[in-house]
Amino acid sequence: MGFWESVMAQYAELNAAKASIPFHISMLHDFYQSFIEGDRWLQYLKGLGVSIEVTIGALILGIILGVLVAVVRTLHDQQRPGQSNHLLSLLNALCKFYTTVIRGTPMMVQLLIMGFVIFSASRNLVGVAVLTMGINSGAYVSEIIRGGIMSIDPGQMEAGRSLGMGYVPVMRHVVIPQAIKNILPALGNEFITLFKDTSLVTVIGLRDLTKAAIQIQAKTYQALMPFMGIAVMYLLVVMFLTWLLGILERRLRQSDRR
Amino acid sequence: MIDVKNLSKSFGDHLVLDNISEHIYPGEKVVIIGPSGSGKSTFLRCLNLLEAPTSGTITFEGTAITDPKVKIDAIRQQMGMVFQHFNLFPNMTIQKNITLAPVQTGLMKQEEADETAIQLLKRVGLEEKADSYPAQLSGGQKQRIAIVRALAMRPKVMLFDEPTSALDPEMVGEVLEVMEQLADEGMTMVVVTHEMGFAREVGSRVLFMEGGHILEQNEPHEFFAHPKCERLQSFLDKVL
Repeated sequence: MGFWESVMAQYAELNAAKASIPFHISMLHDFYQSFIEGDRWLQYLKGLGVSIEVTIGALILGIILGVLVAVVRTLHDQQRPGQSNHLLSLLNALCKFYTTVIRGTPMMVQLLIMGFVIFSASRNLVGVAVLTMGINSGAYVSEIIRGGIMSIDPGQMEAGRSLGMGYVPVMRHVVIPQAIKNILPALGNEFITLFKDTSLVTVIGLRDLTKAAIQIQAKTYQALMPFMGIAVMYLLVVMFLTWLLGILERRLRQSDRR
Repeated sequence: MIDVKNLSKSFGDHLVLDNISEHIYPGEKVVIIGPSGSGKSTFLRCLNLLEAPTSGTITFEGTAITDPKVKIDAIRQQMGMVFQHFNLFPNMTIQKNITLAPVQTGLMKQEEADETAIQLLKRVGLEEKADSYPAQLSGGQKQRIAIVRALAMRPKVMLFDEPTSALDPEMVGEVLEVMEQLADEGMTMVVVTHEMGFAREVGSRVLFMEGGHILEQNEPHEFFAHPKCERLQSFLDKVL
């Protein structure tokens, strides 16, 4: 008889006798039921995988949308007065509308609308989740990037342009690299928030990490182990991401050394 | 070489340049002086269209650069500019600062640009700084690098916008020395400055600007010895 079998037998015996169960036996019993019985740990792992999948997808979509929106809005704001371009003004208005609506409504509501109204027929829940969270994240990322671009001295753009380089190469080689260095902490924060917010995709029925815990809790009637367990898992992933971002930041700081 | 006709520039309601016409000939070293707010920096920045003129035309070697159809990048490649605050790219090494534009604009291959950079750095005595970052340099060194960066594009004319105004006094000399050397080599230069000594020694013509107008101009000796208009007299009294 293995360790877990003996624990479970002991628990059943005490329970049948209606005796008081020692704390550690009860904890071990709960732990066994929540994580080991029926290979439930696999369910958490699968859930975590889905959470990470949604985060990465949403991050990529968010950054693409964010850069596009930020560039449109910066281009629009940097236009010389009197030289307005109608297409750019229209795009700018569209971008403003997008950020206003997305930042002005709760993510949970956005998920409900996307999941049950717009894509109610879709069975690709991961796709819906990535799309919703990516669109959401894009609105925040665009403001972060815009702030980063605006934080760069206009003299940098002028110097580049005065050397005969076009707008895009100066942006690419001079302004954006410096902007990214400045916004990395904010962007990292957004990334971490995004990962934690994936727990909301539970509402559209996607089996992410949080959903796994909810399902297991419904089977075992034990809340402590599954929920504390996923809290620890989220925390560990966030700590790992923070560590990674720290390394990246130090890399980019290279040019600051004196 | 650069022909300015009826140039006006206003920021909102504020008229900074009022109908200026001027010609800059090849090989000239034009020095522009004047009180702050007189429009001298704006005038200089209009020459390579960093400021878009409100009205008037600017012609560079026969091309009307104020025409919106003209590819301004190609014109700017022939006009170097040095700024008051250096505006080096802090995210790149000195070498990269110098080679970025020649390579990006297709003027040179990377190897050729690297060679040019080393030669130019030797000229200003900073070849050992090639792999440093701008933050590691003093103000005077940064400005010398900024000049080198502009020269790497092999410009036909160099515009200097108060190149020594942001420097510690003891570093002004090293920058002026590079500029003098450049002048001796026959570079066409337009310099906005408060360095009257430089204007007198190096300038071939000095312009005095005030309130968006060029009030007086002359060759430096006459300019400083016998200023004609009253405003210039009082300005020189104060600065000399």
